[in-house]
Amino acid sequence: MAAPPGPGSIALLDRFVAALTAKGVVTEQEIVDQIARTDRASPETGARMVARAWTDPEYRALLLSDGSRAAEAMGVSMAGAPPLGVLEDTEALHHLVVCTLCSCYPRAVLGYPPHWYKSAAYRARAVRDPRGVLAEWGTVLPDTMELRVVDSTADYRWMVLPMRPAGTEGWDAARLASIVTRDALVGVTLPHAA
Amino acid sequence: MRFAAGTPVRVKRDFPELRGPCHIRTPHYLRGSSGVVERPLGAHPNPEDLAFGRPAARVPLYHVRFEQPALFGEGASGDTLLVEIFEHWLEEMH
Repeated sequence: MAAPPGPGSIALLDRFVAALTAKGVVTEQEIVDQIARTDRASPETGARMVARAWTDPEYRALLLSDGSRAAEAMGVSMAGAPPLGVLEDTEALHHLVVCTLCSCYPRAVLGYPPHWYKSAAYRARAVRDPRGVLAEWGTVLPDTMELRVVDSTADYRWMVLPMRPAGTEGWDAARLASIVTRDALVGVTLPHAA
Repeated sequence: MRFAAGTPVRVKRDFPELRGPCHIRTPHYLRGSSGVVERPLGAHPNPEDLAFGRPAARVPLYHVRFEQPALFGEGASGDTLLVEIFEHWLEEMH
């Protein structure tokens, strides 16, 4: 765990916020609201979106064409959030998301990124040796499947729509969502009907 | 918007970092590499100005697909990389 901020850091933050509010860049209330939205966000939201896409073709089409609207259709406020793009895995194609420049991550629907996602090792290796990285997660793709690494470098935030695994026939949306993990939503693992 | 989906493009081999302070969203490892436009992603304020509080014109952004093994001389043939690149970093291939 990171050490709590010292009094010097807190004083600096107070002065920074005071300068931003004085210049009219943000209000204190907007900061409070944004922190609350970020704290509320969790991978369960992304999982519910995937589960619905697996069972509702119309929603699937919306999710793939406009991720932000699909998130709002699940009650997520996307106000002020970067646009969300969703990448569809198929029998022939698997997506893996990374941000080599910093740590861009679809926080609005997945919450805070895990520590490893922000690590220099993941960011460097995901683009250079993606199959090696996946193997360390226990994710081994067939040689015939294309692996597509998505380096999130600019204005969009990217989430993966994994394939619905075999053995989940007849499951309802809640049960389907329960097998869609945070890690599957950026493509380091695959959902399994365990 | 200058490039339609399917257009072959090359990322400029330029390193503004060597000329002074800047904020560039084009990864170093792609500079000079060739790819194909997967799809346009709309126009967004230029982060190179935005980062310095300057007025930022909206610049078209593209999802560009690259062959992954060619970038680092390793990897599995057929694997690819998809990256958002702003239009002023792309050159048409002739």
